[in-house]
Amino acid sequence: MKRYVYINDDESLQELYCDNQISNRKYTVLNFLPKNLWEQFSRFMNQYFLLIACLQLWSLITPVNPASTWGPLIFIFAVSASKEAWDDYNRYLSDKKANEKEVWVVRQGIKKHVQAQDIHVGNIVWLRENDEVPCDLVLIGTSDPQGLCYVETAALDGETDLKTRVIPSACMGIDFELLHKIKGVIECPNPDKDIRRFDANLRLFPPFIDNDVCPLTIKNTILQSCYLRNTEWACGVAVYTGNETKLGMSRGIPEPKLTAMDAMIDKLTGAIFVFQIVVVMVLGIAGNVWKDTEARKQWYVLYPYEGPWYELLVIPLRFELLCSIMIPISIKVSLDLVKSLYAKFIDWDNEMIDQETGIPSHAANTAISEDLGQVEYILTDKTGTLTENRMIFRRCCISGIFYGNESGDALKDVELLNAVAGSSPDVVRFLTVMAICNTVIPVKSKTGAILYKAQSQDEDALVNAAARLHVVYVNKNANILEIRFNGSVIQYEVLETLEFTSDRKRMSVVVKDCQNGKIILLSKGADEAILPYAYAGQQTRTFIEAVEQYAQLGLRTLCLAWRELKEDEYQEWSLMFKEASSTLVDREWRIAEVCQRLEHDFEILGVTAIEDRLQDGVPETIETLRKAGINFWMLTGDKQNTAIQIALSCNFISPEPKGQLLLIDGKTEDEVCRSLERVLLTMRITSSEPKDVAFVVDGWALEIALKHYRKAFTELAILSRTAICCRVTPSQKAQLVELLKSCDYRTLAIGDGGNDVRMIQQADIGVGISGREGLQAARAADYSIGKFRFLKRLILVHGRYSYNRTAFLSQYSFYKSLVICFIQIFFSFISGVSGTSLFNSVSLMAYNVFYTSVPVLVSVLDKDLSEGTIMQHPQILFYCQAGRAFVVALETNSFTILQHLAIWGNLVAFYVINWIFSAVPSSGMYTIMFRLCRQPSYWITMFLIVAAGMG
Amino acid sequence: MNSNTPSSSAGRAGSADSAAPRRNSKRPKYSKFTQQELPACKPILTPRWAISAFMLVSIVFIPIGVVSLFASRDVVEIIDRYENVCVPESFRNDKVTYIQSDVDKICNRTLRVKKLMKQPIYVYYQLDNFYQNHRRYVKSRSDSQLKNNNSQDDVDSCKPEDNTADGMPIVPCGLIAWSLFNDTFNFSLNNQQLAVNKKGISWKSDRDSKFGKNVFPKNFQNGSFIGGKHLNSSVPLSEQEDLIVWMRTAALPTFRKLYGKIERDLQPNELIQVTLENNYNTYSFNGKKKLVLSTTSWLGGKNDFLGIAYLTVGGLCFFLALSFTVVYLVKPRRLGDPSYLSWNRNPGGH
Repeated sequence: MKRYVYINDDESLQELYCDNQISNRKYTVLNFLPKNLWEQFSRFMNQYFLLIACLQLWSLITPVNPASTWGPLIFIFAVSASKEAWDDYNRYLSDKKANEKEVWVVRQGIKKHVQAQDIHVGNIVWLRENDEVPCDLVLIGTSDPQGLCYVETAALDGETDLKTRVIPSACMGIDFELLHKIKGVIECPNPDKDIRRFDANLRLFPPFIDNDVCPLTIKNTILQSCYLRNTEWACGVAVYTGNETKLGMSRGIPEPKLTAMDAMIDKLTGAIFVFQIVVVMVLGIAGNVWKDTEARKQWYVLYPYEGPWYELLVIPLRFELLCSIMIPISIKVSLDLVKSLYAKFIDWDNEMIDQETGIPSHAANTAISEDLGQVEYILTDKTGTLTENRMIFRRCCISGIFYGNESGDALKDVELLNAVAGSSPDVVRFLTVMAICNTVIPVKSKTGAILYKAQSQDEDALVNAAARLHVVYVNKNANILEIRFNGSVIQYEVLETLEFTSDRKRMSVVVKDCQNGKIILLSKGADEAILPYAYAGQQTRTFIEAVEQYAQLGLRTLCLAWRELKEDEYQEWSLMFKEASSTLVDREWRIAEVCQRLEHDFEILGVTAIEDRLQDGVPETIETLRKAGINFWMLTGDKQNTAIQIALSCNFISPEPKGQLLLIDGKTEDEVCRSLERVLLTMRITSSEPKDVAFVVDGWALEIALKHYRKAFTELAILSRTAICCRVTPSQKAQLVELLKSCDYRTLAIGDGGNDVRMIQQADIGVGISGREGLQAARAADYSIGKFRFLKRLILVHGRYSYNRTAFLSQYSFYKSLVICFIQIFFSFISGVSGTSLFNSVSLMAYNVFYTSVPVLVSVLDKDLSEGTIMQHPQILFYCQAGRAFVVALETNSFTILQHLAIWGNLVAFYVINWIFSAVPSSGMYTIMFRLCRQPSYWITMFLIVAAGMG
Repeated sequence: MNSNTPSSSAGRAGSADSAAPRRNSKRPKYSKFTQQELPACKPILTPRWAISAFMLVSIVFIPIGVVSLFASRDVVEIIDRYENVCVPESFRNDKVTYIQSDVDKICNRTLRVKKLMKQPIYVYYQLDNFYQNHRRYVKSRSDSQLKNNNSQDDVDSCKPEDNTADGMPIVPCGLIAWSLFNDTFNFSLNNQQLAVNKKGISWKSDRDSKFGKNVFPKNFQNGSFIGGKHLNSSVPLSEQEDLIVWMRTAALPTFRKLYGKIERDLQPNELIQVTLENNYNTYSFNGKKKLVLSTTSWLGGKNDFLGIAYLTVGGLCFFLALSFTVVYLVKPRRLGDPSYLSWNRNPGGH
């Protein structure tokens, strides 16, 4: 499955792939009505109502005017249809804007201004600085002589830092003019939605260079919706267009999440439906029996002796229609309405605005607010979620000497400063690795200060720390790095970058020292990814100790290492690396394998320790939510000791002797099995004691446990209120969520980075923190908040209120429908089981649409307890969690102005509607209300009923 | 650290239309509604409140109950069930044959006035087990035909009494009109005719707007099977008050319909002679027929229910108020004491 893109080929292939017209629309003008209706009718409830409405057209069986069902039905359909239409119209407008944007495209060898929608696959597109990229392009030229350009991918992955993109080597050095005439073929996979991967090959046709196949990666592309920054111009070949771009493919309607309450309502609806069928059958049979016995005697009814064949069905069908109001038609609409208001309340909440950045909380999914009140498990990421993700370089250990231990800040450690001033070779090498072993881009601002654009906060911290220690990373000009040290500038040529992956847990660069031509491999990475590869004979014990010591303090550690390469070793490896880089299949794995061949025999330089401070209010938040009966699991990619330290410092686990930590570890199946069983045993024993027991598991043991001992692990998961999982991969995070969900727990996953996206999407509720790692998690999440501490308010206030309000509303909806329906059923017993309606059509319709639905809607303003009370007694949330049985009492607890308005206004509306209606001479109710209101006994009765109801 | 802040702000400044500032502008203005801080009253049912509310209800209700019970007791009612006694002995075993035969159906009844009855005295007939609310029956009428002379043919809803055998529309059509009650009552006191006013027994709005002044009965009761009363075809429907009363269908199978008004006082122990024509067939479905003479009070007719209900609710509230007071005095409890919360009472066990 490949696509061949012929560059700049005006004649052929234009029709093979779609043009660049973006369409996010669901409907067109013509198909809107049928498609929308079809969609609405694919829901069971709507089908049911349609059936009822159709049955009502048969006047023989309809108890009331068909308008009493058709009216609300059409109204409800019109509401949802117009909402859809409005959304679709907005999509159409934004599509149109994007499609009609003018871009420069090469046509017949000349640059022309065309609309973005006319770009075809194979066209060469020219972009200026700050232009938005109209489709997925493979770069072939930029204004930069080294073929670099910078893009901002915020719209794609939410990361606001600039990323570098380079033109493929084959296109390097092609003249500006010649780019118009370039011809070639790009062999690339069919469109997919992976924005981190593009495994393709480029071959230019003569006269351009040779027939050599040049590998392309995601580094050589600029994707739709990115912005070109800091680059005068760039041009590229369109490879994916329109809805086939990476962005277009990843767009899509996420599967709607169903809340526990929704499921409950559906179940209840089903139960009521069954009940209704039973009632209809009983009454239908009774009606037919009555008809054949009693009704024959009632001469004034004049029942014919011979009826048509459907005679037997008539009475049951009448009752079906009479009972159809048992299922409230308005519940879906009312719920949709109030749910969107809950979401708005979250958006509006001033107390959940991040004061630092001014970002308010946002509910992207408006449908699941009440689930927030039923959360039982919170799975949280550590970095950036519990902590600020503001990395500060604090300590280091360089060749066995600890710096920064006294003051807690290595940058102020006089010893280190002296060592730097004295150009101690170990220290300088260490700082050099800190400064250049990264993917940071230095940008000179107008004032002359150097800003670093880093993709990772750790790298940012290291580079900045190095700069403070006088090893300043000044400039990056294509492959040439400039380091300023003590007034002299040292240049390095970057030969290869072995990028960081979460599997390898380290990254390396191969550089050539421009002074002496030596080729050096610089590496940094997690301790277990670096220390085992030290050259034979190096003492790594101090480093291991350093790592342990730092981890105890809750610091993040990185080990730095280097190795000098021999020229031929590098050349040999470089070929392999190039080959691996141009494979189309399993490229990532192949590259990792090749990297492994170079990254060994390190000389360990030292360990850095970076502090990541806890966010404000994290311990309090965790404690409060804990009290509310919510269990916390911490899932982190960090190492065990760091994770445990952070967990201790934020109340996640209690220190000994109150708390107890149980470790599950082991490298083999047996070891894991044994330790799992031991932990499980302890857990069972201590579960009755008031003791905080938590288990700690690392990624490796987790993998084995999930694979082979799923049952035992599940039991452990249920028993344990707290768990710390360290060294876990994104997919393991998602697996854990899945595990808890399969035990029928309501889970909430909270995270901030791209590695949490899968967990967030998997959980019942996903919360993203719009933090420093970009907005990727916040975008995938149902709710995005600025700080972890807002979670308390989100769950205890918004979640709980939403739950109570929805519970009230749905109970009330069923209650009011059942009330009126039971009146009808009882009436049928005294009306000869003939299916007469006690109420006239207008009253029935008004009952459903006006009298009973509007006043309940204001229950969205109801607050049963004040916010302060809930915060003080978070235990109250138990009632919501247990509330799967809908146990909230049917009462309104506080009355705001709007509620008064709705309730009393509704009373007035009742009289107004009935007075208007009884002023119409042709209606059956003519003057009834006028007469009624003149009777004193009516008012006395009304007073009695209200008073008795209150009593 | 110090380079972080500028770098992130530079990133934002460079992307004027990226996500962050756009979301920023959505930040709402402060309002009590958006912050869910609307002023609200929050009634808390403290013991004092509950007791005084119950007390108040009982204080108000018990007198009302007593008054309405007395009002209801003041109403004098004479009820005479006549459908059985008015059938001659010989026909007692086959009443249906009797009622369908042509024999003379005059029947004399004597009613004794127990208490003084002040005018106006309402004369009702009461039917039992008669389903005026039967679906087939209720629907069988045509309001437009009753009102408008031009819509005589509007008889679709009237089946099976819509057209005569030869296809002419019946006015008034439908089962309700067809089955019009046709017993008649004549009252005399001391051998003097007691006038029964049959004007104004129906609703004014019905006469004025629902039954047309220029609509005259046509082809009515012409079929082979006669349902009930015949109508004088020279009198417009708006003046056929018996029909108008009958056409206001009753909601329950036991109902009273106004027959007329006696506009003079009746003294205690006076004997009223009733000469009635027992025409209406309730025998086929074992329906009772009763003649009711009743006065009214300010509360309407004789109905003890309202008074009893008031007394019951008032008494119940009084009882509750008393018992709450006792509980409150014997075992007082501080309001809002957190130690009563369920998780504080039995720690650990939720």
